[in-house]
Amino acid sequence: MESLTWTGSLSVLDPIFLLAWIAFGIAVVAQIAATFFAAEDLVEHEVSAPTRKLAEYAVLGVKIIAGLILLLMLVYVVGGVLMPTLDTKGIVGAVSTRLLPVWIALLVTFAASIYFKRRLGLYGKLFDSMVGMIGFAIVMFWVFTAIFGAMDLIVTHDPLAQVSGMKNKVPGTALPDVEGAFPYYLLGGDNLARDVFSRVVKGAWEVVKVAPFATLFAFMVGITLGLPAAYFGGRLDTILSFVSNLILAFPVILLFYLLVTPEIVQTGIPVYMAAVLFIFPIIFMVILINSRFYVQPMKRSVYLVIVLVLGLWIYSGVAWNSDPLGLIEFPPNLLVVFVSVVFVNSPTVFRIVRGIALDIKTRDYVAAGQTRGEGPWYIMLWEILPNARGPLIVDFCLRIGYTTILLGTLGFFGLGLSPESPDWGSTINDGRKLLSIFPHPALAPAFSLMSLVLGLNLLADGLREESLRD
Amino acid sequence: MGVFILRRIGVMILTALCLTFVVFFLTNLYPALEKLAKTQGNQRMSDDAVVSYLERNGHLQPLLVKYGQWLGVIPGHVHENPETGAITARCATRGMDPSEAPRFCGLLQGDWGFSTVFKDDVSSIIATRLGLTGKLMFWVLVVMVPSALIIGVLAGMREGSRLDRSLSTFSIASTATPEYVSGVILITLLASSAGWKIFKGTATSAADNATLENFLLPVLTISLYGVGYIARMTRASMTEVMTAQFIRTARLKGVSFRNVVLKHALRNALIAPFTVILLQFPWLLNGVVIVETLFNYKGFGWVLVAAAGNNDISLLLACSVVAVVVVLVTQLISDIGYVFLNPRIQIS
Repeated sequence: MESLTWTGSLSVLDPIFLLAWIAFGIAVVAQIAATFFAAEDLVEHEVSAPTRKLAEYAVLGVKIIAGLILLLMLVYVVGGVLMPTLDTKGIVGAVSTRLLPVWIALLVTFAASIYFKRRLGLYGKLFDSMVGMIGFAIVMFWVFTAIFGAMDLIVTHDPLAQVSGMKNKVPGTALPDVEGAFPYYLLGGDNLARDVFSRVVKGAWEVVKVAPFATLFAFMVGITLGLPAAYFGGRLDTILSFVSNLILAFPVILLFYLLVTPEIVQTGIPVYMAAVLFIFPIIFMVILINSRFYVQPMKRSVYLVIVLVLGLWIYSGVAWNSDPLGLIEFPPNLLVVFVSVVFVNSPTVFRIVRGIALDIKTRDYVAAGQTRGEGPWYIMLWEILPNARGPLIVDFCLRIGYTTILLGTLGFFGLGLSPESPDWGSTINDGRKLLSIFPHPALAPAFSLMSLVLGLNLLADGLREESLRD
Repeated sequence: MGVFILRRIGVMILTALCLTFVVFFLTNLYPALEKLAKTQGNQRMSDDAVVSYLERNGHLQPLLVKYGQWLGVIPGHVHENPETGAITARCATRGMDPSEAPRFCGLLQGDWGFSTVFKDDVSSIIATRLGLTGKLMFWVLVVMVPSALIIGVLAGMREGSRLDRSLSTFSIASTATPEYVSGVILITLLASSAGWKIFKGTATSAADNATLENFLLPVLTISLYGVGYIARMTRASMTEVMTAQFIRTARLKGVSFRNVVLKHALRNALIAPFTVILLQFPWLLNGVVIVETLFNYKGFGWVLVAAAGNNDISLLLACSVVAVVVVLVTQLISDIGYVFLNPRIQIS
């Protein structure tokens, strides 16, 4: 069978697409040059008429061409889904057909969110900012891809299966013999003859299942330690700040190498670290509930028992891998990765929380709370923390992106995860040895990782913009 | 000021001691030592042989004693074999009669130990490799700092303009691209048969003879990740300055926009980026390790990976000392520099 072309029957549009991109480049440069000349003078009427005209044309041109490019991309994606056979779909069309559940989920999410946006608080406001929407769309694209990928709706092949004759084959190569399997390697084969497309999709799940939770844990640790450090100050603050500076002064890669090597894992140190780090969410929840319902002992006891039972059950399963019911288990090598990422992130969160809390501590409403006789923990968790949420939410988004980069770094050095793992970092590491001859196995995960982190950064930017407007 | 610097140096030494102790502890755990013994002796060593090897080389002493020996405040380990009477001493260099070895040998005596992987003195390895990384870092700074400052100032001088938006998008994209991604993309575009083959995908030869062909890509890869962050900080600081009263005064006096930016705003806007650039050093160190691995440039980062991968204790400790000292010294300089640059800050 013949190999697939990139765009199939829609390839008539390719020259237009290429021309549009070239025109876009020229227009952007022209626009920057024009603003540069216009920037000579701050006051508008001082700008000479021809320069201003030029600038306006450039801006208009960029807008039109960007619109055209977006339209063409939409045509490629939608047209690819609508084309009848794989031959006419081309690689782009076939990939977009495989991603059909993702497109539908994205459309539903956006339609619902925009329709109800006035009732959704900060999340709804996100849809007022273009940057925020683009970021959110990219992030949700990867989240849905990961989830549907894990449900085996998207992948075309087993990410670990090797098909002979498909080693390092370029994207769109047909399989030598098809028996019920998908007839093409859409994004080519890697150096072990595995399907790059399926591996990238499965790799998204590796990131989505670790990065947000690791960041959340780091935030729990950082908040539980940062608030008292700022509120009480004194020796506690000195000691905690010293320890956090200590960890921050460590080069991240050295720390990873020291924590994630098999010899260290053998000694059980990561498990002890997990035991310490994972207790923080429970402490956090207990203090949160205790300080809130201190005056309603009945309610407090009920909530505390629920949290403690649930928390300790999950804790015993996750940290010690000894869940009495045998329901929760955590693969040991994933635990090591998780722990080291949380460990690296916590001190930075600690610093941020401490900085914000130091500022908020001096506000009048905190003094009012103290005069009312509120306890220190109530003030910290129910007065200071909710008022620090804006910057913390923004940082949370940025930090998920940073955690994704850290996970990629771990994979890139072959640390922690199993060598066959389809996560993006490991795949880039596999592909880099033959980069100058067969770049495609490393390029696909590289672009995926970049777009996810970019999406998270844009999302954080949109959130920052909207939360500042409050 | 003097007291401030002295206190900072005190904290710095304490931090360095703590950190090296942590590294020492982690590299001296028994499974790590067992691996060391087996790589040094042979893979099929019996447990007894491992223990006797470790005993002979002083690895089984208490941790604090070993740490003291490494620092050079406790006399070096001397072991006498009860059967043969052969003496092995920690302080005896290869080929030296163990009985003539000096009593102390540690960091304080300038003895960094012997690398088990490279079979050479750690101090000489670190010196040559650091020199190579220094060369890389120098060019990274030459590329990164001016371009980041220019981008930041251009974007920040007119907040919200189109120029600002395009440059800010570029900086966001660059902070979202870690070195191992941008490196892969750059190699594919500029050094592979699929793209334009004008540069080299490896920088091994750059160690002796750095040319544009073999050195541009690694330098560009590290710079790209740092540029975005510094540019964003510069932009933030520049926009803040541009809304200040004295800028408005200058404009109302009739100073041209160009002169306002170059003579009034720039100087005040560059205080914050100065600290940011110095605090970027720990991140640059990270980037160096990734890029040296990716481009196979045998500098400090490459040695760190080799040492960590083979549990070469002395070399790994030396690497961590160097890394930690670099981080702490840049922090100190950035604090002191900030005080000098910004007269509004007083330290009592």
